[in-house]
Amino acid sequence: MDKCIACGECVKKCPGKTPDEFNEGLDKRKAIYVSYPQAVPLKYAIDPSRCLKLLKDKCGTCEKVCPTGAINYGDTEQMQTLHVGSVILAAGFKPFDPSKLDNLQYSNFPNVVTSIEFERILSAGGPTLGHIQCFPDKAEPRKIAWLQCVGSRDQNKCDNKYCSSVCCMYAVKEAMMAKDHISGEFEAAIFLMDMRTYGKDFEKYYERAKDQGVRFVRSRIHTITEDDDKKLICTYVMEDGRKIEEVFDMVVLSVGMETPADLAQAVKDMGVELNANNFVVTSSFSPVETSRKGVYVCGALQEPKDIPLAVMEASAAACDAGTSLSPFRGSLTKVKEYPAERDVVSQDPRIGVFVCNCGTNIGGIVDVPSVAEYARTLPHVAFVEENMFTCSQDTQDKMKQVIQENDLNRIVVAACTPRTHEPLFQETLRDSGLNKYLIEMANIRNQCSWVHSKEPELATIKAKDLVRIAVTKVALMRPLPQPSVGIVQKGLVIGGGVSGLTAALGLARQGFFTTLVEKKEVLGGNALSLNYTWNGESISENVKALVQEVQDHALIDVFTSTRVSATSGFIGNFQTTLATDDKEQVIDHGAVIITTGATERQPTEYLYGEDERILTHLELDRKMANDSDFVKTTNTAVFIQCVGSREPERMYCSKVCCTHSVKSAVKFKDLNPDMEVYVIYRDIRTYGQREELYAEARDKGVIFIRYAYEHKPVVEKQGADLCVTVKDHVLDMDLEIGTDLVVLASAIVPEDNVALAQMFKLSLNDDQFFMEAHAKLRPVDFATDGIFLAGMAHYPKPIEESIAQAKAAVSRATVVLSKETVTVDGVVSQVNEALCRGCGACEETCAFGAIAVNELDSGVKIATVQQALCKGCGACAAACPTGAASVFHYDNEVLAMVEAALEQ
Amino acid sequence: MSTDFNPRILTFACNWCSYAAADLAGVSRFQYPPNMRIVRVMCSGGINPNYILKAFEKGADGVLVSG
Repeated sequence: MDKCIACGECVKKCPGKTPDEFNEGLDKRKAIYVSYPQAVPLKYAIDPSRCLKLLKDKCGTCEKVCPTGAINYGDTEQMQTLHVGSVILAAGFKPFDPSKLDNLQYSNFPNVVTSIEFERILSAGGPTLGHIQCFPDKAEPRKIAWLQCVGSRDQNKCDNKYCSSVCCMYAVKEAMMAKDHISGEFEAAIFLMDMRTYGKDFEKYYERAKDQGVRFVRSRIHTITEDDDKKLICTYVMEDGRKIEEVFDMVVLSVGMETPADLAQAVKDMGVELNANNFVVTSSFSPVETSRKGVYVCGALQEPKDIPLAVMEASAAACDAGTSLSPFRGSLTKVKEYPAERDVVSQDPRIGVFVCNCGTNIGGIVDVPSVAEYARTLPHVAFVEENMFTCSQDTQDKMKQVIQENDLNRIVVAACTPRTHEPLFQETLRDSGLNKYLIEMANIRNQCSWVHSKEPELATIKAKDLVRIAVTKVALMRPLPQPSVGIVQKGLVIGGGVSGLTAALGLARQGFFTTLVEKKEVLGGNALSLNYTWNGESISENVKALVQEVQDHALIDVFTSTRVSATSGFIGNFQTTLATDDKEQVIDHGAVIITTGATERQPTEYLYGEDERILTHLELDRKMANDSDFVKTTNTAVFIQCVGSREPERMYCSKVCCTHSVKSAVKFKDLNPDMEVYVIYRDIRTYGQREELYAEARDKGVIFIRYAYEHKPVVEKQGADLCVTVKDHVLDMDLEIGTDLVVLASAIVPEDNVALAQMFKLSLNDDQFFMEAHAKLRPVDFATDGIFLAGMAHYPKPIEESIAQAKAAVSRATVVLSKETVTVDGVVSQVNEALCRGCGACEETCAFGAIAVNELDSGVKIATVQQALCKGCGACAAACPTGAASVFHYDNEVLAMVEAALEQ
Repeated sequence: MSTDFNPRILTFACNWCSYAAADLAGVSRFQYPPNMRIVRVMCSGGINPNYILKAFEKGADGVLVSG
């Protein structure tokens, strides 16, 4: 495997073909293949069920054409035994197979596809290169229907009672992308039961889709037939009872997630408990711990979930797994020694150029000897060599020797892309005593021979140009320092709710001293007002235990009635001022976790505050905790959903309210089965396995009435009686419900985060929740290093997700705190103080808080760069009106490259 | 414009996206005309207008900023 350079020569010649699993079998791959273009490691593998050599001892072509001798037919699967301290299950899910649903005709009609197939069809690297085509004439579809809940929320045609959580959002996304991909007239329709866009910023996307004409139909297509042109005739019934037949060119089945049977068996065999849905059993307060000690779970194997939550859980599992191993941290690591760096600053450039053939990948197109010959004519070039494979280990050894023998002080490698290979050559430079930044690569493979294979002469000219550009640049480059910065191995957690408590405890359990700051007098946050999680675990008992453990922990300092008033510093070295009413204290710490939470909005509608029978969720929970006997004498209760959520002023879903109302409704029915309980809602968003709670509520006789935003229910007092009027969507008439209790599912609103955001230079989104570094892939990081995020300060979420996110933040903070020093990258911004006039344009433009204007003792204002935070993007340099700010190696070097590129 | 016009195009490509995409075009063996030269930058936000003016000054027929 080490020899494979992923040149793809083998694939060109391989005769064996088989359906490509990655493209859902929509096209073919060869018997020798790479699973998908971004696979890591990018190495080709042989499919033993298709390879003629392995099956019949014939062919053997790949071995003949492989330029590096990487083919080894004798390589087989090997069983290895590893001794480990923890195991993390991240085995994922399988999309539901809709072929057993005969009414949807997936197996019979080619224009009925699954959503996963449609994802591949939309992909530029997919079977149709991103073009959406219908059978039989490959025409672009003019009308596509998405069918929701295929294999989810269904006990009739399958056994998947749960909601798969992600399908509503991906269907909206696919509809929007299809609109982008298809030129001309196009109609998208999504057939659904409830639209569950409950994630961060999802509701806005849903609204945008509606604005752009995506049609949302509250009905299920029950029958699909095909006409002679393979168009699909879909039959459904509208809410008013009308039967509709509508023709679509394509139908996409939004298939749900399930645990494959063989995986379920393997998990059971490990002694890990699964529930009836074949998902791993966890508890809300230990969301990634399985029933077996030391075995953790993350992702869709625990329950269907989207990418951000899966990523959070992955980090959370790493946190839990790492906690038990933390005493041994670093005990198996080895430190590499390098020779002392040669001082080359005073020397004239002596450039060595290495031109790679990459087997025939470059050499087969580009005239490598003539490129090498040309390189010899360029200024400062002292040494030129051609290699068959410049990246091979023996060439690295030789390169080290050549650099030393010829006293070279700058290197150009003309080969593949610096994105994959620059670190390898930088290492060789370090091994030979050169600063690692004294290399430049000329990309004559990916961006030359591979893309101009039909024009070898022009490719050779381009390769020479690329070498000239690289030589010009490298001659101007100087050694860059990589300073080490010490790390204060202590954490700060801001906010003492469930997330903050979990985060503080997590850091302490990893062995890091942690300060926990809470502005209120008591720890616990919103959880103090909540009774039970959706699956019936006591919140108060668990929170009390959590608070006790935090207060008793020797490595945690708790500050209540305290605020953060100022902060300075950067990753590994923060100084933060904690203020109470009468004193201030500065603490040093290396990382921060922000868990400032959110609060329940005080409603201004539905007569709230005018009658004690009208309560919010938290008020109801507090009332129930004190004395639930009132339920037995209550004849009627009405829950009103989306009170202040999903409205123009607050265009987001508060995520937890549907589950909370349904849970409370079930509790009412349990305590008083004769009680009439109504839930007046817009969409019921009991995602994941919470769906079973919704089913239970309906079974127990809770009545659900849907309302539209334009027709909100009305709460009135008729004398002493409370009355709720709502338009029933099935009967199409107003219902008047006399009630003893109205519970308002009021929105969750963020705390006032502005001051904290400014202090730590963090961003807030339009709704004033903190904005993470990347919505999908970095859900607990900020763009500024060393600062992390968890809980409802990020977005409304239930306790189990807050805890998972807090553990994830601990895991990410541990990456910082576990080191004694951090090495700073050399390609960073610098400020020429003589040119800087302190205008602050750089500070405004920097996304990482890495450059700031400071006033010197003399009163002069100068921008300074915090190297540890700088990513070297150069936005400050582009914004600087005087040319004071610039990035090492991307300043005059770029101008020189431009000139060299355009030299005739 | 004569049909044998062969423009000289200079591209500034962001290391993290467009430059990676140009690499992937190679891996995918997409073919495109060889009259473009790519200068890698760490972010398209760091492209100084002077770089673009310099390109035109030196005879570029087109400049592509991609990021």
